[in-house]
Amino acid sequence: MSSHDQKPTQPESEQDLAVSRRSFLKGSGLALSVPLVAGGVRTVKAAGQDVKVHGPNKVSITLDINGKKQAAQVEPRYTLLDTLRNDLDTTGAKRVCDRGTCGACSVMMDGKLVYSCSVLAIEAQGKKISTVESLAQNGQLSPVQQAIVDNDGQQCGFCTPGFTLACTALLNKHPNPNDEQMRLGLGGNLCRCGTYVGLREAVKQVAAQKGGRR
Amino acid sequence: MQKFEYASPTTIQQAVALLGKQWGEAEVLAGGTDLLSLMKDYVASPKRLVNIKDIKELKGITTSANGLRLGALVTFEEILDNAALKKNYSAIWQAVSGVTSPQIRNMGTVGGDLCQRPRCWYYRAGYGLLAKDEAGKALVPDGDNRYHAIFHNEGEAKFVSPSSLAPALVSLMAKIKVAGPNGAREIAADKFFVAPKSNDEREYALAPNEIVTDILIPSASGVKSATYEVRQREVLDWPLATASVALKMDGKTVKSAKIALGHVAPMPIDSEAAAKALVGKTVTEETAEAAGVAAVASAKALSRNGYKIQLAKVAVKRAILQAAA
Amino acid sequence: MAEYKWPEPEKRKYIGKRISRVDGPLKVSGKAKYAYDVNRPGMLHGKILHAPFANAKIVSIDTSAAEKMPGVRVVKLVQGPGTNIQWAGDEIAIAVATDEQTAVDAIRAIKVEYERLPHVVNDEKLEAVPTTNKRSTNEFVQGEPDKAFAEADVTVEGFYGNAIITHCCLESHGQVVEWTDANNVLIHPSTQAVSTISNDLAKALEIPAGNVELKMDFIGGGFGSKFAIDRWGTECGKVSKMAEGKPVKIMLERDAELMIAGSRPSMYAKVKVGAKKDGTITAWQSEGWGTGGVAGTGAPQLPYMLRAASGIPHIKANFSSVSTNTAPSRAWRAPAHPQMAVITLGALDDLAAALKMDPIEFLKKNINLFAPRAEVYSQELDKALELSNWKANWRPRGEGAPGSTKTVKRGLGVSMHTWGGGGHASNCDVTIHPDGSVDLKSGTQDLGVGVITVLNIVVAETMGLPMEAVKIFIGSNRYPASGSSGGSTTVGGISGSSRRGSVDALNQLFAKVAPTLGVKPEELEAVDGKIRVIANPSKSMTWKEACAKLGSQPITVRGVNKAGDRELSSSGVGGVQIADVSVDTETGIVKMNNFYAIQDCGLVMDLKTAESQVFGAMIMGVTYSLYEERIMDNATGRVLNPNMEFYKLAGAMDIGQMKVHMMTGKGFDERGPVGLGEPPTNSPGAAISNAVANAIGVRVSTIPLTPDKVLAALASKKGGQSNAKI
Repeated sequence: MSSHDQKPTQPESEQDLAVSRRSFLKGSGLALSVPLVAGGVRTVKAAGQDVKVHGPNKVSITLDINGKKQAAQVEPRYTLLDTLRNDLDTTGAKRVCDRGTCGACSVMMDGKLVYSCSVLAIEAQGKKISTVESLAQNGQLSPVQQAIVDNDGQQCGFCTPGFTLACTALLNKHPNPNDEQMRLGLGGNLCRCGTYVGLREAVKQVAAQKGGRR
Repeated sequence: MQKFEYASPTTIQQAVALLGKQWGEAEVLAGGTDLLSLMKDYVASPKRLVNIKDIKELKGITTSANGLRLGALVTFEEILDNAALKKNYSAIWQAVSGVTSPQIRNMGTVGGDLCQRPRCWYYRAGYGLLAKDEAGKALVPDGDNRYHAIFHNEGEAKFVSPSSLAPALVSLMAKIKVAGPNGAREIAADKFFVAPKSNDEREYALAPNEIVTDILIPSASGVKSATYEVRQREVLDWPLATASVALKMDGKTVKSAKIALGHVAPMPIDSEAAAKALVGKTVTEETAEAAGVAAVASAKALSRNGYKIQLAKVAVKRAILQAAA
Repeated sequence: MAEYKWPEPEKRKYIGKRISRVDGPLKVSGKAKYAYDVNRPGMLHGKILHAPFANAKIVSIDTSAAEKMPGVRVVKLVQGPGTNIQWAGDEIAIAVATDEQTAVDAIRAIKVEYERLPHVVNDEKLEAVPTTNKRSTNEFVQGEPDKAFAEADVTVEGFYGNAIITHCCLESHGQVVEWTDANNVLIHPSTQAVSTISNDLAKALEIPAGNVELKMDFIGGGFGSKFAIDRWGTECGKVSKMAEGKPVKIMLERDAELMIAGSRPSMYAKVKVGAKKDGTITAWQSEGWGTGGVAGTGAPQLPYMLRAASGIPHIKANFSSVSTNTAPSRAWRAPAHPQMAVITLGALDDLAAALKMDPIEFLKKNINLFAPRAEVYSQELDKALELSNWKANWRPRGEGAPGSTKTVKRGLGVSMHTWGGGGHASNCDVTIHPDGSVDLKSGTQDLGVGVITVLNIVVAETMGLPMEAVKIFIGSNRYPASGSSGGSTTVGGISGSSRRGSVDALNQLFAKVAPTLGVKPEELEAVDGKIRVIANPSKSMTWKEACAKLGSQPITVRGVNKAGDRELSSSGVGGVQIADVSVDTETGIVKMNNFYAIQDCGLVMDLKTAESQVFGAMIMGVTYSLYEERIMDNATGRVLNPNMEFYKLAGAMDIGQMKVHMMTGKGFDERGPVGLGEPPTNSPGAAISNAVANAIGVRVSTIPLTPDKVLAALASKKGGQSNAKI
């Protein structure tokens, strides 16, 4: 994003927006009847009902990360990925494409595999977030983790956390996946070193352990 | 990403009230897979984000004798897991199965699929929806247009509609139900997408303070439908051309057909010519090919996307054969 | 004189076996920390403002708005007014703030005025490149090419080429730098050169080299693009100083990573090859060109592998270096080799087709031209025939291999390649502690090759210890210097230094315990956790008992491998690859069915990670053959696909089935470890391109083999125009 600075269609007044709330509202054209407060949360009337509006400055949130409640101060624009990595020092999820393509940032949210770069931290409240750090229990690798080690489904390791979760999610849904299920289970992650052969073998190894090899 | 304020209403009325009267003031956040990228690239810089995921009325798949209703928040994964849809609304199910990323399917919603913005690389680099340089010169005609439109590219909009579902919805004659401050209205799927005439317009027929609430598909009982996407990779990849077909059969003969193309124009293309070529015929390799040829008869290549005409033709042929199989 | 040579096969416990990488558990559990993951107390975030134009003069820069923003700590110009920017994405300024988003806000608030100048960003159409951007290199001539072509029974002409690709490391380039006091700096970089870039940083910051401490546990991909400190590295040190020494993290965003952090030069050539009726190649002529950015690119040694006096007897080769307004290229895994293979092996494949010869028979017919490794290639071609079941599956060009349908055509293609490799300069300290624990320290790095694992294998093997008994420390410039990881020289280098260090340390231990066992030190051996008398194995002591004899003083020995060492390593490997593809002739989409690699690399240290290297190279090869290219826009001068959506990499289900066969045993093992990163990266483009030509009966000139080009080639065939003119 940083390369697009001198683009021809630069929105007006954005620097002002970053500076103060006053100019934020001045420039917004959104007529809100509620007086200014510094950051935080306020309530507005929408369709006759009270609705909370958060930000644009920092607000307090609580996230459920790997079974632990964690508090953070975030602007609404902070992604879950950046909050995990920058504010909660949980760096298993990697920032690679940052545009919902490569899968390196994958985490589980309420049991579903998602791109944490494309989830806002503020909207992840109330969800159970599990990162790759949660997979090993008492120092014991999960079957998927062990299988990836056994089959060398990793090289530099930067895509590995995302793939480990993707393989886990795939096997949770399809304990013995066929090719079509693997296509639909591993199509959201990319690797540059070229570890797919080992990763596919790892999935097969876990499937075989659970009984019923295809 | 520019700073914004965030609200998470729980009713459609609240959501609509929180939206702005001008495009760009506020944006609707559903799956987030496209919007957050647009914001990170400063292609979208809303001052307010309205998260609609807490609105229960927007959820759920309902099937009845009258047809199928998809709440705007239905995820692609929910469709993929729905055996009845796979059987009865194959064109939709097959379109979804082309999205090979489980993360996108878990996050991405049907409403978001319709309202996602074009992937045109000039647009995404900040040159506006109509892709013009600082001097106002159009970049697509002489530029790298390998992924651009082969239909309706005579106007200023030369991007292709990115929606996975659009061709399937057009072929199944779906209606898009939307809600705004003055209540709800329904838009036929083939009227939902429009070619914008300025950078400030959108490529869909919503008002800035309207949201998609439901997708309504008439009963497809007796309809054989299919979607065929031409995609280079199995990993998440944009189709180069897509065709969805819905056939009503009279024995072995095609009684009526609705054939739609995707990823070839700023909007899905309802190809009456292709349908006409097929109606009254038995589906064979030859008649399907003839329908494909008819479908692309009016296509016009830009400087380097001529190959997409061939791909669109093949997509139509294969979708027909797949539907009839 | 100590005996260092590698143990005989029957004595090897770990070397050449399948060992899981020892750092694997850390990586799968998210505990492996990369530079991008380093969070230091009080750390600030820096973001870079990149130029939007490919050729422009900076007229003015106004940073005042950025400086006033709350949370912004430093705004620093990297290039000031008057500078001529020569590629889009070049660094203009850096803003440092308390959080990432504020730093981004700040760089967006910097106003830069440019005077735009004309740019050239593409070179595939050489005639469209202005003369001023072209520089011809000296013509290479061998024998009498004109006469040879006049006498040739068969000649073919064709055009072959390679688009520019980028490194696209998943961990982008960058680092965290902090001043620990007024004169000392700590850097956590992502680098392929642990032992050298700290010196470059020290120089830029004008402090003694020893005042920079560098730490890197893991690196998320390099592929040749991370050898230098880079301007963002030195600037990071400068802005940290401006921010009272606080740690500053600057990692490139993905778009910058794809725009400026490394690319592989393009290479195109118009080729003519001549042969006798029996298939003997007699003459080669090529007019090539390519670009690696503003500085152009060096002339390749075309024809690949065949330019020596023992190669093709008659050669004429020209090359034009093209200067473009694009970011400078960097070493990309096997510099120039993959591109040369596409051009050379592609042209030879067309020649074989014109001669109506099986390409493997054709290569074997000419195998002596591939000296000095002709014999190895011969063996590898035989193995490739067997592994791919070539005789049953291959059909002459355009006939369609078994399994072809009316629309989907299957084809097989072959390629061969070479690479040097060998051990780089490497040092390590091997320590045997009195408590029996053993460790090794070396200023090397593990790019995912398995360096930590190989070091562990060598020490454990040498000392007769279990793998777990040895601890490996790498990734610090405070450890003995070891070479940068490039050119397939790392395993060769670190194996040599660790072997020598381990042998010497063990010999010192033998000397300590020999009196107790009543023999001379040279009569002892270390096996299965014991020190024992070779002639009388029952006479022994445990490793722990032996180490206890050291008293309070550990043994620490420096292991050294000199660059170009030929005692424990050697140079020069060869490989053969066969691709089996299906081409949908209606859509032009190519799918991999099978891909086979036969590779030698001397002594294999760890079969599991060695095979991974080859699989990785093949998968990268599928990616660069079918999908990836850096797409430059002529009008705006910018990269159109600086993202992972349209900079396309292959996915897990795009690669077909793969088989790797490592050549090992007699004739290979005694050469010692030679290196493996580069070689198998060289053939995929040619093998896959040849397979596609075999399937559809016509050459698709350039990689990547995208649907538009495949369909265009098919259309030209229908029109009766073949790329290969006989």
